[in-house]
Amino acid sequence: MSETKIIDACNTYCPGPLMELISYMKQAEVGDILELLSTDEGTAGDVPEWVNKIGHEMVSSEKVGEIWHIKVRKTK
Amino acid sequence: MRILVVGGGTGGTIVANNLARRLAPEIRARKAWITMLSASDQHMYQPGLLYVAFGQMMPDELYRDQRSLLESCIDFQVDPVDEFQLDQNKVKTKSGKTHDYDVLVIATGSRTMSQKIPGLEEGAETFYTEKGAVKMFKKLRNFEGGKISIVVGVPHKCPIAPVEVTFSLHDYFKARGIRDKVEIKYNYPINRIHSIENVARWAKPEFDRMGIKCETLFNVEEVDVENKVVKSMEGSEDHYDLLISIPEHHGMEVIEKNELGQDGWIPTNRHQLTMEGHENVYVVGDTTNLPVSKTGSAAHFEAEVIAENIASIVKIGTPVTEYDGKVYCFIEAGHDKATYAMFNYQNPPDLQSPNKSMHWFKMSYNKMYWTSVRGLL
Repeated sequence: MSETKIIDACNTYCPGPLMELISYMKQAEVGDILELLSTDEGTAGDVPEWVNKIGHEMVSSEKVGEIWHIKVRKTK
Repeated sequence: MRILVVGGGTGGTIVANNLARRLAPEIRARKAWITMLSASDQHMYQPGLLYVAFGQMMPDELYRDQRSLLESCIDFQVDPVDEFQLDQNKVKTKSGKTHDYDVLVIATGSRTMSQKIPGLEEGAETFYTEKGAVKMFKKLRNFEGGKISIVVGVPHKCPIAPVEVTFSLHDYFKARGIRDKVEIKYNYPINRIHSIENVARWAKPEFDRMGIKCETLFNVEEVDVENKVVKSMEGSEDHYDLLISIPEHHGMEVIEKNELGQDGWIPTNRHQLTMEGHENVYVVGDTTNLPVSKTGSAAHFEAEVIAENIASIVKIGTPVTEYDGKVYCFIEAGHDKATYAMFNYQNPPDLQSPNKSMHWFKMSYNKMYWTSVRGLL
């Protein structure tokens, strides 16, 4: 059964939010949704660029206060 | 108070030595005991492997007897843990012994996982092990020209290593007088050439100036060893004559086997450094699942916080400090200059221009490490 896993990458600079997402994506099952939390402004553009290139699915992206919440579904 | 440290790398050794000093009166009064269980009687200075790969250090320079690095009051045993029974505050070792504890520190580190990528073990050189670093040097020494590709697994230990090895390759072949016969191609998993924005901003024009080609959003999927092609999950292919891999890492097998954390990374409180759900279990260094660099530096700063808190719990019953995410990384920018990146959870790295004195400081630190891990520096 798929699940949503939250990855808290707020206030981190190395390895950084996208690298964290890639790590957790490798652990996830197809169909799982990962929700990345990030305070890095660049994440909002970086994540969709990678997701579109690799072929996963962007579910949502929104900024709540200072934190970006970006949801991605693993598709393969 | 029985304190058990599992793992004798940078983090475990600094925790144990720091605690031994802070708790000297309690240890003398037989109110506190420190035991360390390790898989090896040797301690390796892992950052030295990069120098071995370029013939600048010999493998035997990387080792010291672990016992010689520890305060004499620490009970050191070469007997790795096989079972963690956290609900009963005990561990069982490979030899069959059981150790009870009041406070446990897990410092088991990480391991390379090249075998996860088809063809990578056979097709690529890597300097993350002693054997690999020596083999890589021999390959480089015999390399007379062609294309060298660098690929980077996620997650990996020492995030600055991809940049460092690339600069080193440039300088190595320049020194041999055949740089014009060697094409260097750098492939990186995210959409800039390093995870730290300031490092990427500095390194990209340097790479351009050196004629190093870059491809971003390149996560290795498989290596076709016969045809010398590395393929990415994103769909691109890169032909090479010599492939160098910064391999994906996992935590140690014993962590996975005991179901303490997926892929061997233990869920850890980012400030207290305790294992989630276990107040008397601390996690240090690579073993944590924290979103900080897997480096000796992070392990060092975490270890100081853990030791201070365990000692204060013994003395006044409560922890007194928190980890602020501090990391300090030297960055070798070739064979004669270096810079550094220092950051924490709140402050991004502010990169300075590389210079010769920082390189010589790093070369000195390669020797001073043994003082550092003893807790004297």
